Amino acid sequence: MDLLKIFSKNNNSKNVAKERLKLVLIHDRANVSPRFLEMVKGDIIRVISDYMEIDEEGLDIKFTRTKRDSDNKPIPALVANIPIVRMKDNAMK
Amino acid sequence: MGEVIVITSGKGGVGKTTTTANIGTGLAMEGKKVVVVDADIGLRNLDVVLGLENRIVYDIVDVVEKVCRLKQGLIKDKRFQNLYLLPAAQTKDKTAVSPEQMQELCEELKEIFDYVIIDCPAGIEQGFQNAIAGAEKAIVVTTPEISAVRDADRIIGLLEAKGLYNPKLIINRIRHDMVKKGDMMNIDDMIDILAIELLGVVPDDESIVISTNKGEPVVTDEKALAGKAYRNITQRILGKEVPLLDLEVDEGVLSKLKKFIFGK
Repeated sequence: MDLLKIFSKNNNSKNVAKERLKLVLIHDRANVSPRFLEMVKGDIIRVISDYMEIDEEGLDIKFTRTKRDSDNKPIPALVANIPIVRMKDNAMK
Repeated sequence: MGEVIVITSGKGGVGKTTTTANIGTGLAMEGKKVVVVDADIGLRNLDVVLGLENRIVYDIVDVVEKVCRLKQGLIKDKRFQNLYLLPAAQTKDKTAVSPEQMQELCEELKEIFDYVIIDCPAGIEQGFQNAIAGAEKAIVVTTPEISAVRDADRIIGLLEAKGLYNPKLIINRIRHDMVKKGDMMNIDDMIDILAIELLGVVPDDESIVISTNKGEPVVTDEKALAGKAYRNITQRILGKEVPLLDLEVDEGVLSKLKKFIFGK
């Protein structure tokens, strides 16, 4: 019985609920609309494109949660995954 | 000068009305002069939970519109000397009362009563805005469900935006057996997420259904665990420190035997 418990610990439905809740609250509290994210995305592409060619289709940007190094408190984070196709010449100068 | 406390939750069906009825009755049992106000206009329910549905003549809209005097609108509970109900109107809608009128009403009630307990409707629209308009303190009710906790979080934000800081939390319908199995969020999980002070925890108890059937708040039931939980909450509102209720229900011989044979 105890062995089963150890294996199932991380699959407890309350942990699933807690994680989902934490994530959804970050969006609720930050009050981020999809439009806002689109605007951020557009600006990031514009800035980075001066230096490198990026795969706009593969660009993924989202709000998530991370732990602060100093005290391990969960804080909202903006995570952007930007695939680079190639560096532009002027960036190398 | 009395205190105005609003009972709110965001999500419907988490037990706002039951909580209002029990806190109001509990405070009256402690000798305080209490009025419970049903701010859920159009969906009147506090009257049936308190067992006072047959005695309504006037309602909150009549009082606000000055169709009757304030004292005429108040229904005296015959079982508890100090308990009064101001019922909601059933045939009007939420716009029948404005936040300004509600504020004025609360000021008047504060002069007469030690505690004014307001039962807030579900939602975040006009009814909610009305219910909190005259309040000085807020109690947020939630259940250990993801949707209820999410809405509670939103409500806490809205309360603070309206200047109602430091609302207190009541966690309703917690099931010790499910918490133990890891299938229900526990008290710490919810406090951790919502980051507000806990006022009390009420177990999911059949006696609540039974007492509501009869129109007698469970707080009067000496034997019920939920009754004890509400009596503890009452004491904390009065400023006394009471330890949290031990929700470990007596498990009975059979399960104890099982535990003995198979281990924990």
